[in-house]
Amino acid sequence: MSTVVLEEPIVAIIPRWRVMAGKLLRNRAAVVGGSVVLALLLLAAFAPWIAPYDPFKINPVQRLKPPSFQHWFGTDEVGRDLLSRIIFGTRYFLLICLITASISATIGTLLGLIAGAGSALTDSIIMRIIDILLAFPYILLVLVVVAILGPSLWTGMAAVGIAGIPGYARLVRSSVLTVKREDYVTSARALGASDAEILFGTVLPNVMSPLIVYLAFATPLSALIASALSFAGLGTQPPAPEWGAMLVNSRTYLFSAWWAVAAPGMALFISIFGMNILGNGLRDVLDPRS
Amino acid sequence: MAAGIRSPHTLLDIKGLRTQFGSGRNPVNAVQGIDLQIGAGEILGLVGESGSGKSVLALSILRLIQSPGRIIGGSILFDGKDVLAMSNRELSGWRGRDIGIIFQQPQSCLNPVRRIGWQVAEPLRQQEKLSRKAAWDKAVTLLRSVGIPAPEEKALAYPHQLSGGQAQRVMIAVALALRPRLLIADEPTTALDVTIQAQILELLRDSCRDFGTSLMLVTHDLGVVARLADRVAVMYAGRIVEEGPVAPMLTAPSHPYARGLLDAAPRLGQMGGLRLRDIPGSIPDLSQPMPGCAFAPRCELRANLGLSACLGELPPFIPISEHHAARCWALPQADGIYSTPMTMGTRA
Repeated sequence: MSTVVLEEPIVAIIPRWRVMAGKLLRNRAAVVGGSVVLALLLLAAFAPWIAPYDPFKINPVQRLKPPSFQHWFGTDEVGRDLLSRIIFGTRYFLLICLITASISATIGTLLGLIAGAGSALTDSIIMRIIDILLAFPYILLVLVVVAILGPSLWTGMAAVGIAGIPGYARLVRSSVLTVKREDYVTSARALGASDAEILFGTVLPNVMSPLIVYLAFATPLSALIASALSFAGLGTQPPAPEWGAMLVNSRTYLFSAWWAVAAPGMALFISIFGMNILGNGLRDVLDPRS
Repeated sequence: MAAGIRSPHTLLDIKGLRTQFGSGRNPVNAVQGIDLQIGAGEILGLVGESGSGKSVLALSILRLIQSPGRIIGGSILFDGKDVLAMSNRELSGWRGRDIGIIFQQPQSCLNPVRRIGWQVAEPLRQQEKLSRKAAWDKAVTLLRSVGIPAPEEKALAYPHQLSGGQAQRVMIAVALALRPRLLIADEPTTALDVTIQAQILELLRDSCRDFGTSLMLVTHDLGVVARLADRVAVMYAGRIVEEGPVAPMLTAPSHPYARGLLDAAPRLGQMGGLRLRDIPGSIPDLSQPMPGCAFAPRCELRANLGLSACLGELPPFIPISEHHAARCWALPQADGIYSTPMTMGTRA
């Protein structure tokens, strides 16, 4: 084989993820959001060691005490320490995020891939089903699923997860429609890649960026809906320290013991806000046009 | 090898291939009845202007035409196997292993989210069942053989970190990884600058010689053809209008369109203030039926000779020498040659 003299510049090779991580760390909003998410993860992982009290321990003497050095966030109507309940609540919050996102993202992505890459008939069938799901108001769809399955933490998560499927399916389908016309897909096919190899090896990695961004936006919203379900008594049931469920119990004391509402409310607000601005940062970093 | 115009073994045998785009009343006939053979180890140059159907023909051979396009007739035999009858599974095994293709825009043909080493190694893993490590090592060797500097490091790079020339080298490595017996290069150097073009062409020719791979070089650049090809076919409006060995084709083409192409190409030493001759008009609407020669409306020779047959009836291939023939009614009159019409298929 003849060797050919090259006069082309050698480009420095920096791994893609490090470039991305660097960009992410320079984005202030993403750093703040990332810190919130990291804090949630740590609190959830080490809850028993961090929480000053047992989140289920009833103490009638200390009921509805305002924030103090003993109880930083105050106590609720049966004297449970609110800080401890918030800390244990991170476990519910993250569990809800994980399960709902897994259900919606996995099924939605799969349906989107099949619809986008499949025949016109497959595409129509899947997308008409998605259209039917979208025709219901989101919350009504969730309520219908809960009504069928019965109220509990797990059915609540399943309901929210199922209601999230159409968003993922439509996003992935539209991305696949763009990507499958790209030259590198034809190129992969010309190298003998089968349909499945092209779908999962070539197309899927190229629709990951919008998928990750959507995941970061849709997940906290799902968590909010799941909390709303608990608030309506259709999700997590008391006495579990789930933030939405905590809000229900304390709403009757809003004017006499504001802290009992403020604690879970603020916890929800900060967590969801943090995840959202992390999503914003991710979008900036992963958007190839930036 | 260069001397042999047609080696005894025909690798690819296309007969009457027709590819159509769109449906409804006026589908576009991008390829309308092509007969073409490529011998083992041969380099065939396929020349024509934009829109003449070269790329569609290339994609049709690999059965990569996507809806709304479809192959509506003819046959493609690859080493005796009927390509048009292959199942998807057979196609997967055949593509890459027996036939490869590289495209005009190398950077858009590489998967933007995968390392280039992965892209060279993956077909080896899938088709040759190599282990991850073995495939990666072979990929690095291949990258070195196509002239990528520091291939161990470059294998870790992503496509956007490569220059156009390097990307095309990687594409050649990918396409030749499985040592296919035929490589189709669809305008492989059009997107590259001139100094890199020469290197890439040399690499293509040498790689194909080393691997014993036949090459079908699709291009509109006669210089590229002169440099590489053993044989040339000129395509116009979905048909081959002239076919023959490279020397007569590039010095004394017979078909008025092939002559026009040659006159339109800039040549060194002839440029002293002379304007290049262009071919007036443009490619006809391929969705309209054309009973006669598609070039007739633009043909000066026809106008000069006042031929009427050109518009009404498609000329057959008229042999000029043993392996050289052109589809033109004016040939007998213009050059004083007349032979019984014959088709490319029977000539083989």
